[in-house]
Amino acid sequence: MAVAVDVSKFESVTMAPPDPILGVSEAFKADSSPLKLNLGVGAYRTEELQPYVLDVVKKAEKLMLESGEFKEYLPIEGLAAFNKATAELLLGADNPVIKQGRIATVQGLSGTGSLRLGAAFIQRYLPGVKVLISSPTWGNHKNILNDSGVPWSEYRYFDPTTVGLDFSGMIEDIKNATDGSIILLHGCAHNPTGIDPTAEQWGTIADVIEEKSHLPFFDVAYQGFASGSLDNDASSVRQFVARGLELFVAQSYSKNLGLYAERIGAINAVVSSSDVANRIKSQLKRLARPMYSNPPVHGARIVANVVGDPSLFDEWRSEMQLMAGRIKGVRQSLYDALSSVDENGKDWSFILKQIGMFSFTGLNKNQSDNMTDKWHVYMTKDGRISLAGLSLAKCEYLADAIIDSYYNVK
Amino acid sequence: MMEEGRKGRYTSSERRLQALVQHLSPSGSSLAGVVQMEVTASGPVGSVFEHVEQAPEDPILGVTVAYNKDPSPIKVNLGVGAYRTEEGKPVILNVVRKAEERLLADRSRYKEYLPITGLADFNKLSAKLIFGKESPALLEKRVATAQCLSGTGSLRVGAEFLAKHYFQRLVFLPAPTWGNHHKIFSNGGLTVKTYRYYDPRTRGLDYQGMVEDIRAAPSGSLILLHACAHNPTGVDPTPEQWEGLRQLIRNKRHLPFFDSAYQGFASGSLDLDALAVRSFVADGGELLVAQSFAKNMGLYGERVGSLSIVCKKEAIATHVESQLKLVIRPMYSNPPIHGASIVATILGDSELYAEWTIELKAMANRIISMRHQLHSAIQARGTPGDWTHILKQIGMFSFTGLNREQVAFMTKEYHIYMTSDGRISMAGLSSKTVPHLADAIHAAVTGLSFSRQ
Repeated sequence: MAVAVDVSKFESVTMAPPDPILGVSEAFKADSSPLKLNLGVGAYRTEELQPYVLDVVKKAEKLMLESGEFKEYLPIEGLAAFNKATAELLLGADNPVIKQGRIATVQGLSGTGSLRLGAAFIQRYLPGVKVLISSPTWGNHKNILNDSGVPWSEYRYFDPTTVGLDFSGMIEDIKNATDGSIILLHGCAHNPTGIDPTAEQWGTIADVIEEKSHLPFFDVAYQGFASGSLDNDASSVRQFVARGLELFVAQSYSKNLGLYAERIGAINAVVSSSDVANRIKSQLKRLARPMYSNPPVHGARIVANVVGDPSLFDEWRSEMQLMAGRIKGVRQSLYDALSSVDENGKDWSFILKQIGMFSFTGLNKNQSDNMTDKWHVYMTKDGRISLAGLSLAKCEYLADAIIDSYYNVK
Repeated sequence: MMEEGRKGRYTSSERRLQALVQHLSPSGSSLAGVVQMEVTASGPVGSVFEHVEQAPEDPILGVTVAYNKDPSPIKVNLGVGAYRTEEGKPVILNVVRKAEERLLADRSRYKEYLPITGLADFNKLSAKLIFGKESPALLEKRVATAQCLSGTGSLRVGAEFLAKHYFQRLVFLPAPTWGNHHKIFSNGGLTVKTYRYYDPRTRGLDYQGMVEDIRAAPSGSLILLHACAHNPTGVDPTPEQWEGLRQLIRNKRHLPFFDSAYQGFASGSLDLDALAVRSFVADGGELLVAQSFAKNMGLYGERVGSLSIVCKKEAIATHVESQLKLVIRPMYSNPPIHGASIVATILGDSELYAEWTIELKAMANRIISMRHQLHSAIQARGTPGDWTHILKQIGMFSFTGLNREQVAFMTKEYHIYMTSDGRISMAGLSSKTVPHLADAIHAAVTGLSFSRQ
């Protein structure tokens, strides 16, 4: 038998660094300290710091098993009932855009997969057009754009002096971008900062975008999860749509329905006519087919079942309010603890102003390292903590850690 | 391409109305209630995407689309490769149902993100299935396995990994091959070439042509091989031919990439259907294999599969796995949990596993019996030509040898839905529909001139 050569074809493949966000959980697992706290990845935890499967999801899955539906391939664009539901959730069921057929919706692999389809489409149909992303933004945005071959640059966003929004910087950078650029916006609950523009600021952002004929691309990963209200959290997107702007929206049901591992989301294109929408949809399909052929059915059916049943839908809204409420409660408790521990009177109220799962503490890399090394608090090196991983019981401990890191480490 | 911006999409009165609306709403409140304004009744004036053309329907999946539109009661769908029962219905395997019930009843289960490379138990079991429990590559820990989205996703991740890390950009596909292969590899960053495969004169393998083309390929080329039940032809190399190919590929230092979508489904035996792959592992060489559980577990829509890369050493496999994560993370972050959990439950439980092999064999046997029935029916009608290829070909598909015109005729006159290359899905046939298909083939062959593909 002819023996193959001794040298590996992959000899030169180097060890890749661990993912900065997902790698945090791995490090957390390896830590044996009883004090350890995982504020790394953004997955919701209960007050007992347990993962949470929503009751409506369990009910929907039970119904699905009982009805014994088949597991045939979905169409490339995904489950029709899901696509209809997700567009309606995003824009409101009676939105004229939907009635006019001006929205193309394709089921995608959660937020990441939907962004990837959008980026692949941009690379092909708006070649050379740059995407502007916020500084900072979710770490994976850059990877998605790089692997899609789409150029990007940053617009100012986080102001470390106020631990708030650098609004004038943001507007200036968006204004200075070449006409017709693509602006990646977080629909609500900005990741990693938790800092959102106000409604008025959104209006100004829309003004500039319109003036410059930019294309807004919204990343909506927290609809309903941020404020507790699906409609409120979609108001930025709806505002832009109402102004007649064309735009892209990537949606995820990872957080708001707790369907993280089911990988359910959608890429939407709101455009000037139903004809254009249909053509875009056909091309999105053409990009999806050589990537994974058609999307997974399970998560899509769960969403369609929950949204399609009025009582399950109501229950979902309540559970979402509970989750958002717990996070708000934890923010308050952390703020109270910080304010009482801090002897120097620093204003920690940004913790209350920020919204959603994450909070940008303002801690730098060294300080974040101190959080982990000394206090066994796991977080990302940019100073981001996931409040979803914090319990009321741990707020004092966390406050101690933050105060120590902030004042004693440079 | 954006050359200049489009300014002034709205009339100045519309802009003033918008500004007025904003002043009227209390500051800091959400503008959710304002979106009912008729300011943009006519919508945007034009589109940045005006130049985007309508893409044609996917040729394979488009067959089902056309089938669904047809109101005829005698229509038959022999397009996409999804298994159908004798009653023409899709099927959920009993073991799959049992596995799902167990998963639902297990209160300790959550829906947290899987690791980037997927469910660890699934990966181990999937690799064992294709390589064999005692495979030296597994025992030596030199296989990097990642759960991916069925066969397509596994092939795509493999392609992107190779485009980034392998020196040779050329990938050779058999002619013909599954329609989606070409785009998977080209979108993944590789350059696609073909090697001769199907011989229309014999409706069998053009072994000589295959060997010549693989020999002529530049050293180190990627060679895509169908592990068993070649799609669309159903024509597989014999064990002796596989051995010849293995020696050739190793001598040329090519890198084989197996597409294994039908393990157990082709012959009914999981081990037999994995022989080709295992022979390439046994010689100590490297290879890639994309596995799909769409057909053999009937998990089509759940998108379950895995990519395994067999490396020379454990350290290399570790590096390779870490780099696979960098390909996957910007594509979809981590794979879906449901289908992989079903597979892991079945493969990891000896009773369920045994039941599965029985159900699998039954599906494979039904397809084999359809082949026999169709062949007999064609013989009975005295249709000209040699139709033994229907019996010799293996797996879900048969390359009938019918040409485009004949196929179009069969669709139009007999409502038979199949791909225009003459491929039929045997899995979509039943005893009831065999006569109708035989009639259609007979009419197509005798009514129109029968020319070679």
